[in-house]
Amino acid sequence: LFVFFTEEERRVRANDREYNEKFQYASNCIMTSKYNIITFLPVNLFEQFQEVANTYFLFLLILQLIPQISSLSWFTTIVPLVLVLSITAVKDATDDYFRHKSDNQVNNRQSQVLIGGILQKEKWMNVRVGDIIKLENNQFVAADLLLLSSSEPHSLCYIETAELDGETNMKVRQSLSVTSELGDPNNLAQFDGEVVCEPPNNKLDRFCGTLYWKDCKYPLSNQNMLLRGCVLRNTESCYGLVIFAGPDTKLMQNSGRTKFKRTSIDRLMNTLVLWIFGFLVCMGVILAIGNAVWEKEVGALFQSFLPWDPPVDNFLFSAFLSFWSYVIILNTVVPISLYVSVEVIRLGHSYFINWDRRMFCSRSNTAAEARTTTLNEELGQVEYIFSDKTGTLTQNIMTFNKCSINGRAYGEVMDILGAQQKRVQPLDFTAWNPLADRDFCFYDQSLLEAVMVGEPAVHEFLRVLSLCHTVMSEEKREGVLVYKAQSPDEGALVTAARNFGFVFRSRTPGTVTTHELGKAVTYTLLAILDFNNIRKRMSVIVRNPEGRIRLYCKGADTVLFERLHSCNHELMNITSDHLNEYAGDGLRTLALAYRDLSEEQWEAWAERFRGADKATDCRDDRLAAVYEEIEQDMMLLGATAVEDKLQDGVPETIAILSLANIKIWVLTGDKQETAVNIGYSCKMLTDDMTEIFIVNGHTVQSVREELRYNAPPSSLLESISGEFALIISGHSLAHALEADMEREFLETACACRAVICCRVTPLQKALVVELVKRHKKAVTLAIGDGANDVSMIKTAHIGVGISGQEGIQAVLASDYSFSQFRFLQRLLLVHGRWSYLRMCRFLCYFFYKNFAFTMVHFWFGFFCGFSAQTVYDQYFITLYNIVYTSLPVLAMGIFDQDVPEQRSLEYPKLYEPGQLNLLFNKREFFICIAQGIYTSVVLFFIPYGVLSHATQSNGVPLADYQTFAVTTATALVIVVSVQIALDTGYWTAINHFFIWGSLGTYFTILFAMHSSILFNIFPKQFHFLGSAHNTLGQPVVWLTIALATVISIAPVLAFRFLKLDLKPQLSDTVRNTQLVLQKKRKPGGRVGRGSRRSGYAFAHQEGFGELITSGKNMRLSSMALATFASRHSSSWIDTLRRKKHANSTGAQNTPPTGEDSAASSQTPPLSTSSSAAGKAGQACNEPVLTHSPDDIALSVIRCPEREVGECSTGTVQVNIHLKTSSSTNCILWG
Amino acid sequence: IMASSYGAKEEDGHHPGSAGLGGAAIRTKKPDNTAFKQQRLPAWQPILTAGTVLPAFFIIGLIFIPIGIGLYVTSNNIKEFELDYTGTDMSSPCFNCSQSWNSTNTCKCELFFSLDQPFESNVFMYYGLSNFYQNHRRYVKSRDDSQLNGDERSLKEPSKECEPYRTNENKPIAPCGAIANSMFNDTLDLFYIDPNGKKRPISLTKKGIAWWTDKHVKFRNPGGSNSNLTTVFKDTAKPVNWHKPVYELDVDIENNGFINEDFIVWMRTAALPTFRKLYRIIQKNNDMTPTLPRGNYSLAVTYNYPVRSFEGRKRMILSTISWMGGKNPFLGIAYITVGSICFFLGVVLLFIHHKYGNRNNSSDIAS
Repeated sequence: LFVFFTEEERRVRANDREYNEKFQYASNCIMTSKYNIITFLPVNLFEQFQEVANTYFLFLLILQLIPQISSLSWFTTIVPLVLVLSITAVKDATDDYFRHKSDNQVNNRQSQVLIGGILQKEKWMNVRVGDIIKLENNQFVAADLLLLSSSEPHSLCYIETAELDGETNMKVRQSLSVTSELGDPNNLAQFDGEVVCEPPNNKLDRFCGTLYWKDCKYPLSNQNMLLRGCVLRNTESCYGLVIFAGPDTKLMQNSGRTKFKRTSIDRLMNTLVLWIFGFLVCMGVILAIGNAVWEKEVGALFQSFLPWDPPVDNFLFSAFLSFWSYVIILNTVVPISLYVSVEVIRLGHSYFINWDRRMFCSRSNTAAEARTTTLNEELGQVEYIFSDKTGTLTQNIMTFNKCSINGRAYGEVMDILGAQQKRVQPLDFTAWNPLADRDFCFYDQSLLEAVMVGEPAVHEFLRVLSLCHTVMSEEKREGVLVYKAQSPDEGALVTAARNFGFVFRSRTPGTVTTHELGKAVTYTLLAILDFNNIRKRMSVIVRNPEGRIRLYCKGADTVLFERLHSCNHELMNITSDHLNEYAGDGLRTLALAYRDLSEEQWEAWAERFRGADKATDCRDDRLAAVYEEIEQDMMLLGATAVEDKLQDGVPETIAILSLANIKIWVLTGDKQETAVNIGYSCKMLTDDMTEIFIVNGHTVQSVREELRYNAPPSSLLESISGEFALIISGHSLAHALEADMEREFLETACACRAVICCRVTPLQKALVVELVKRHKKAVTLAIGDGANDVSMIKTAHIGVGISGQEGIQAVLASDYSFSQFRFLQRLLLVHGRWSYLRMCRFLCYFFYKNFAFTMVHFWFGFFCGFSAQTVYDQYFITLYNIVYTSLPVLAMGIFDQDVPEQRSLEYPKLYEPGQLNLLFNKREFFICIAQGIYTSVVLFFIPYGVLSHATQSNGVPLADYQTFAVTTATALVIVVSVQIALDTGYWTAINHFFIWGSLGTYFTILFAMHSSILFNIFPKQFHFLGSAHNTLGQPVVWLTIALATVISIAPVLAFRFLKLDLKPQLSDTVRNTQLVLQKKRKPGGRVGRGSRRSGYAFAHQEGFGELITSGKNMRLSSMALATFASRHSSSWIDTLRRKKHANSTGAQNTPPTGEDSAASSQTPPLSTSSSAAGKAGQACNEPVLTHSPDDIALSVIRCPEREVGECSTGTVQVNIHLKTSSSTNCILWG
Repeated sequence: IMASSYGAKEEDGHHPGSAGLGGAAIRTKKPDNTAFKQQRLPAWQPILTAGTVLPAFFIIGLIFIPIGIGLYVTSNNIKEFELDYTGTDMSSPCFNCSQSWNSTNTCKCELFFSLDQPFESNVFMYYGLSNFYQNHRRYVKSRDDSQLNGDERSLKEPSKECEPYRTNENKPIAPCGAIANSMFNDTLDLFYIDPNGKKRPISLTKKGIAWWTDKHVKFRNPGGSNSNLTTVFKDTAKPVNWHKPVYELDVDIENNGFINEDFIVWMRTAALPTFRKLYRIIQKNNDMTPTLPRGNYSLAVTYNYPVRSFEGRKRMILSTISWMGGKNPFLGIAYITVGSICFFLGVVLLFIHHKYGNRNNSSDIAS
């Protein structure tokens, strides 16, 4: 038996479990849980005692068992400690239970494993390395597999890797030709090839290995691998050999290690606790020295009445013991209940997040979830957001949105009324086109009319769309077409053409069959001039049934426009304008053109093409040159605009978050152009930006130069930072992240308002986050939805997973999850802000109250011979933190609100104190402590001054120890209660109950403990008999308490009043926000520089053209074509008319919800409509905003929608016609 | 404090039916729309404004100053006389007693003093000790409350806390511990010296000098109230420093053993190293004459209690009391001072607010 501690190479033999077992490869079982029932208690306790605080309290407990040291009873420490340990244990147990559950769910997924030649259902966790498993369409790949064969021709198989790397386009994998023949299970069961390959690693795009079979060697590459996390698409089934399983899979290797996340407040708290320990030691030393002096000067002489304890024989030893005694008494400055209370508060905040209806998506029926309960206040301090693109910002749905044909723009209908109107019925295509896709939505009637009327340019335009692509079609039932597009936007274009009557039906290597307006047409496919990144275009050359040869081309406008015939000049200008418009809306644009070829031209070119194709050296360059020759003098047809559908409210969320000074970086595995487009459509990038840097170099040198060249001049950095944007690609990033360049990269990037990193690997995402985390003292948040975001989510301070999508890996790794990106604004600006505020207030008060409580012992030390005598009753010490003062401050920590939630969305600047860490930092801490110490001085010396001479009204002196203890304790409880009353800004019934209740509890317990009943049962334990009664019956005592309270509180009150009066925080912030809002309202310079972006053509991979022309991916069955009679086409005009009628009446019938508009009695606090742009939640009833009756109607009409889909309630866009500016887009927040 | 009542917001609340539209088939996970879960609990939101803070300061000032004056006047009306009889000074009559001390011989000394003003009503007589650390941790815990409560078992087996005054010659000490052991045992007698030079003893009441709860609940003799104390304490040793065993503290059975009031008073440890304890009460006889008329007095001390070794002082104090207890000038002065400071602070704040203040910061938000 070999045991590989570090695996150097992996040997796997198919169908031979025995052979594979001796290598002890990891099984496919994933375990993220920490405990089981037996190990829970010891392991959990062990873990808990690794916490410094817990060990410290254990240490204190041991100290207290030494009688010479013990200044407090053992229970004063053990009660809180046991409480803390059990609460934490319960929490850990629940957490682990859910981990067990999710592990079980994944591990128990079914897969089909070939065992002994028979396919058997087997759980994922029982899959072993070397097994052959069968996958079916749309199944998740269970482990890293070597593809052996598939149901598709040439053993191709399609996978979607979105979960893995975030790329949305489908990828092709192909098995080795030798194994592809294995086909059925019987043959596969006989397969006994052995794979020797690299050990598990996290490189997603690399695989290197060799298959030994039948005395032959076959090299293996990534092209043959199916990785765990991928989904099989468009492939009926396939067989694969398990190479890596469970934790060895590339997915798991990429998910990074689980780190326990701490918030910055946690870290600050730990530092402060250490300081406090230092302070404690200092106090201890001072008092120990005092003790030494006292014992030497006084105690030694006092021995006739108070001899030293037997082990103590000199003053130095006594001092040593007294040091430890004082450590025990003074340890309450850092009570163990601090940690518990913090956890409880965070738990409460987490529940508020879970309960928030406005973060609930009814479409996917998922509520927001705080998966970790320890990070809430950090949500109020976020400075950097790292967002994934696909599935996070976008829905990963491409829709054909607009087009410009022959200089006329279509699809604009909705823009007259406002964006994205769901009121307007989408056109119904199915009525006249049985092949139409029902899911396709288009609103502009005019295009359909143009098709019907038979405008040749429109027809030709749609023809290009239906011919010039690499989509495969499948027609399982007659008339039900399924397109297999390798990029979703190509699919969108072909679907658009299909709905407008140019249906792509099927293809063979040499033909393309379409259904043009009900008529089957078969084109001969002469050539596919395939796409690549440099060409940025693709063309097909087809011969139509009439024999005319035409080249159809689609591509990036910049590339295409250079290759147009000169007569297109005018059309090019108009189209160019349209393209600018589309680009401004963030649409992915593409220009279409054609060229007529004569038979001679074609023949001549085909000859050259064949020559280039056969060339052995520089084939690609030669081909490109040949393509270039023919793609000239083209005639422009128009342009398409495809919308990469953003999730609801994304631009608004990004806008409001950037107003809150949060920088948003997009990290995506997608291509640069796609990412940039999204940047524009979600308004991260705008045309107003001074400069957009693109770093795209492949070498260290070039990247460095680009960064240097691009770096904004340092003088400008401060003045106009935020007017730059940086776009960097993955391979450049690899260099930029190297140690010597990372600073440079970071500085440039941080000077930019928007940063987009494209083509990055999951690990690079994590590295970028790590970089910012390391060098900027800022809180980072990563948000994503796929498995490719897991490492980033785990690295960032806060990880947010988008739930409700297919994959759950991101959610499982995340700290918070919800289903819509736009909920992020609520999570941060409302919940995060509140959490931070509450936590800060809580901590300030907590340290204050404990210093006030504990430091009294210090002062008392000077009067009791530094003997570590406590001022209070030991029960008071035990209960002070856990009963008397815990609940009011908990209530404040859980329920406090400074401004209502809608205000924090209205004024994002209110978020800034959190980022700057203003509410709780070292300075604030010292202020709290100083206040606490001041209070302790008052609490000791006022009773001291009064009671040392006072007597009861029956002549008995009040200066006895017990009276003094009760007076001080009562004064303390009252002072801290008054202080919490001052600190509480939001008095709910619960706060009232807790504050009054705590006071009541204090007096109840006090009287109970000092009652004769308890004394008679335990005379030794409750020796404060009658003290409460005797003390609190004295007017002098109450006068003392009142005096101490006023002296403690009055300066605080005066100080707070002055601060509020002279330096009001909130209004400053709000005024700033106002300015920003006004600035934002100014009409933007969108007209100035046009930026043209084309994304579509690059979203797919090279090589599909070849697959098609070689016929590799063709199914024989699809060669046969069914023809359809166009039975509906005659009545299309009637249909259209009917539709139109129905539409208009439908719109009129929409009842204006009077209730809503009547409910608008709440006058907004903002007087001008401009600033009302930020007014929250009142989109329905906002009469101030709307100036024309149309708009009122509009905004009223839109209301019911808010009710229907909770997901879309958040944002409603209304066009407001102001008298000053012609039209301004105002975004209303809900 | 300005109160703005903040009611539940309605935006979210007025379409409760929308959640139900999905029908009962799919259980919606939509969180409940309760004020608590949506953090919309009605709440009182106090804000510190000039209108609330400034009056508060003035009101505190206006309340505290009269109280302070009242307290001060009351305190000044109380008569108090203090006499140090430690005898550290050569000239002191007790000098000899303080110098040589042994437990067998009793040393007596007599001090003369005069009262300038008559003491009306009841007069309380205290003994005061200085530099005596009754609040030392080891001292405070050196007692057995069960034993003092009459627990038979603790009587035989005193608590370990009492070490080293737990046992003596193999017998348990009763009462055990350092506190009991160090009980104050000077005897003070007061005489009025007639204008014609005749010494008339003043009757001192020793009842009612301890807390009621201490006397009746906390301290109890073992073996019930009516048993013979001598037999009860038979197997115990007296505390080392004591002259007499605990059952011979007084002849009165109601004031003997653990329930001896002098003992109880001593056992109630003081909070500070300088303290006074009630020793006797001089009851007012009739309304016509003051309890202690002005004139000359003598204090006869049976000097048993050594304090010189640790530089302690012993005092005898005579005091009358009022509703608020004995003489206590501190409280009155403190009240007057704090009241004035608050008032003054109010004025300063008003000035600052008027001159530099942001008088209506709430309107800023809206503008």
